[in-house]
Amino acid sequence: MILVFIEHKNCVLNKTSLEAIAAAQSIGKDLGLKVSAVIPCDKDCALAQEIAQYDIEKVIVAKNEKLGTYTPDAYADAWEQVIKATEPQYIVMSHTYQVRDFAPKVAARLGREVVGDVIRYSADGGRLELTRRIFLGKLDADVTIGGDAPYFITFQSGAFRGDSAAEGSAAVETMDVQVGDIRMTAEDPFQEAKATVDLSKSQIIVAVGRGIKSQENIALAQQLADALGADLAASRPICDAEWLPIDRQIGSSGQTVAPKVYIALGISGAIQHIVGMKNANTIIAINKDAEAPIFDIADYGIVGDLFDAVPVMIEEIKKAKG
Amino acid sequence: MNGYSFLIFIDMKIIVLMKQVANKDAVLRIGADEKWINENDIAHQTNESDGYALEEALRMKEAKGEGEVVVCSLGPQSAKTVIKDALARGADRAIHVVAEDSKTLSPYQIANAIADAIREENADMVFSGLQSDDASYGQTGVILAELLGIPHATLVIEVDRSKLEGSVRIKRELESGWYQWFNYKLPALLTIQSGISQIRYASLKGIMAAKKKEIRDVTLPLENFASAQKIEKVYMPLKTKQTQMLGNGDAKAGAVELVEKLKTEIRVL
Repeated sequence: MILVFIEHKNCVLNKTSLEAIAAAQSIGKDLGLKVSAVIPCDKDCALAQEIAQYDIEKVIVAKNEKLGTYTPDAYADAWEQVIKATEPQYIVMSHTYQVRDFAPKVAARLGREVVGDVIRYSADGGRLELTRRIFLGKLDADVTIGGDAPYFITFQSGAFRGDSAAEGSAAVETMDVQVGDIRMTAEDPFQEAKATVDLSKSQIIVAVGRGIKSQENIALAQQLADALGADLAASRPICDAEWLPIDRQIGSSGQTVAPKVYIALGISGAIQHIVGMKNANTIIAINKDAEAPIFDIADYGIVGDLFDAVPVMIEEIKKAKG
Repeated sequence: MNGYSFLIFIDMKIIVLMKQVANKDAVLRIGADEKWINENDIAHQTNESDGYALEEALRMKEAKGEGEVVVCSLGPQSAKTVIKDALARGADRAIHVVAEDSKTLSPYQIANAIADAIREENADMVFSGLQSDDASYGQTGVILAELLGIPHATLVIEVDRSKLEGSVRIKRELESGWYQWFNYKLPALLTIQSGISQIRYASLKGIMAAKKKEIRDVTLPLENFASAQKIEKVYMPLKTKQTQMLGNGDAKAGAVELVEKLKTEIRVL
């Protein structure tokens, strides 16, 4: 059996869990295993009926009053009991921030580890080979897991399509779980001062990465953006250095965008950045490193110094616009 | 084990886990066995988020006015560079878990070895970076916390340094611009997100002072771990897109071509 984790906040689904269902269904089909979903909750979760409409065997609501707000301690206790009661071969989750927080803890408690952030798999002779992206996206690694079940796998966002999860009907059952001492207390989640710039509506984005080298050089990128009528954005290191405000940040911890054109200046293309912009219609990359992963997803690329390319671009754009 | 038996909170002790990784700008070549990169002739650096973890530990000690920051690194002898740099930035001493072939170790094995090396230290807090920029397992800290029997928080982006008496208040990054504060009883392990604060450089004084600081080498029997994940093969990612390369190595010529494409193919001019 395969257990798949359904993530939610106050019984509202985190949609990446549908990708995890699709992944689990796919593995289940390849290995001849049934899939059941697990929802940790403090009540008879309203989400259970929604998940029961997928082609899985059971929806298990792991119930305890301490599971109303997420804490790693409570989730680890709940998962430990569900796993011991159901003895799954695989536990499949989406590689969300919440999952990164508790999944390795559950695995470690059972003497296991997690094969995390998997982008694809192959099943050969009943054995899974999982592909992870390493070295900031520069290389892929095919990985196998040793030892006995259960095996923990988390899939990167977008590795499977949530809308490809097969529909069907599943039984819903509640499993009362024991939760011990919780060693942390959570305050209410909040959003930082709302982003003043909504880059999700931008048609053209000029984004800068570490290759821009200094805060003074941001002005050059701004000139290019102005010439194109584009918005300026950045990868995380630029915002960490406070060269641009955080509301300009693209990627897993910043904004997700899908403009008509995305111009990446001196951005290597770490996976945390790529998840935020890979749906742009046209991706243009300018980078000194011919092996930068950004070129793997670029439609147009220039290998070279952005300080040579950008001034020429500005001049040519001005000419073109007359 | 279930936490430490008692805590004396006069001298706060923070252990910071730091890893030596390939330099971000290094051109990677795949090793002969196709199971890792060829590490021999590339530049290395401190893992980025580990640098932030050290910075946060130093700032906490400064806020408290007393305490000790201990760096712990697992890796080959070459990792001494990372350790010495951390000592020069202000860490008080270091523990080096010497493992020449550390790249073949799985996250559980690494966490288990570190747990054995630091357990007796009874630290009030253990910091690590969020994940390493090479293998990117992203779980060594969390597994270590479980093995030490202490609670953990990942993706920590702020620590409330005004409240440090037996507990700590920390801000975690959630997805899509959401955040959440948590209160932890100590001891606790925090994995630190890049960008938590501006990293200091080592001063000349710091570099001189570091020469007198203790680096304790620890060699442990690295236990076999049946459930380890094993890298079978590494390779360049398969390209998902056909990229038109412009300029043929001449950035200026590429720029001219690109603007032409913006006009005729992409049609935004």
